[in-house]
Amino acid sequence: MIRHHLSDSLLTGYSTGSLPEAFSLLVATHVSLCDECRARLEAQDAVGGAVLESCEAVAMSDSSFAATLALLGGATPEREKPAPSAGVFPAPLREYIGGDAGSVRWRPVGGGVRQAILPTAKGASARLLYIPAGTAVPDHGHTGTELTLVLSGAFDDATDHFGPGDVEIADEDLEHTPVAAPGEPCICLAVTDAPLRFNGLIPRLLQPFLKI
Amino acid sequence: MLAVARNADQQAFASLFARFAPRVKAFLIKSGATPTLAEDCAQDVMATVWRKAGQFDPTRASVATWIFTIARNRRIDILRRDRRPEPQDLPWGPEPEPDQLDAMVLQQDTERLSAALAALPDNQRALIERAYFGDLSHGEIARITGLPLGTIKSRIRLALEKLRQTMT
Ligand SMILES: [Zn+2]
Ligand SMILES: [Zn+2]
Repeated sequence: MIRHHLSDSLLTGYSTGSLPEAFSLLVATHVSLCDECRARLEAQDAVGGAVLESCEAVAMSDSSFAATLALLGGATPEREKPAPSAGVFPAPLREYIGGDAGSVRWRPVGGGVRQAILPTAKGASARLLYIPAGTAVPDHGHTGTELTLVLSGAFDDATDHFGPGDVEIADEDLEHTPVAAPGEPCICLAVTDAPLRFNGLIPRLLQPFLKI
Repeated sequence: MLAVARNADQQAFASLFARFAPRVKAFLIKSGATPTLAEDCAQDVMATVWRKAGQFDPTRASVATWIFTIARNRRIDILRRDRRPEPQDLPWGPEPEPDQLDAMVLQQDTERLSAALAALPDNQRALIERAYFGDLSHGEIARITGLPLGTIKSRIRLALEKLRQTMT
């Protein structure tokens, strides 16, 4: 049962296409898991449809319809969508990993924590984190926005408990020490649009290495 | 739209083209594309509409909404050159025969949404339009509140619930 959802502004940003790629990846991954946010997103898209319809038409060239048919080269519409492939991770995430959970190229970053940076456009970064059960991510604050989506396991911080599918939205006001819940490792997708601020000495030294 | 999907009806496609291609072109120009680029991309968008017609589900989106999502993705592609991660499709896809009543109610909801958008004070409506033209930063988007989404949200939610029920 997902308890922590995307904010309206994230859904509007995704629907309008204004989010950095890393944030769009997190939104698409959460929506893959959450019917409620999918419905909210489709409602946002309907606003886009209304805006499109209200645009004052700009005439196409006379040959444009013929040119479009030529682009199609006699192709008939696809009858139905291809069956989505199943996996441990939702499809958008698998596309960025280039495979499923087993294909993640983890790198150790100390204390048993592992991470894998995913390739996204500049402006924000995305990474997968693997936090062993009961382990804490170093205490840190944020200079921008940090979104964390739990894929498996769970973590707790001073604000709440976050289980599979939950999203924590952390901004500059939050300083926290997320701790993976006991039992199983916590795997999550974390995206940031600015470097994190670590409070301890050791983590600050680690920061260039962590690339966050 | 459904005639295009089921019967590859070129006549129906021609009338969709006449209605939407000039609006997609206008949308792309307002998003910062030159008229020439917008013309080419509007053709691409309409070609995609034809190819993917089978994926259109009238119980979950109006034709305008569906074409908007295709045009938006094309815009991200050409103007930002970013990849666009899309949510995984629902595994059961659209029903073979979309429920007529659901599609009709969604249509009415969409019309109400358009009317509500048109009735907003000018500055508020302009802000929303600029957001959809890709012209607002995320910080500015956070200021957009009170979109008239109420009815359509519950309608789409009902459609999703029904899809789930067909599984059990
Ligand atoms: Zn959600
Ligand atoms: Zn944090």
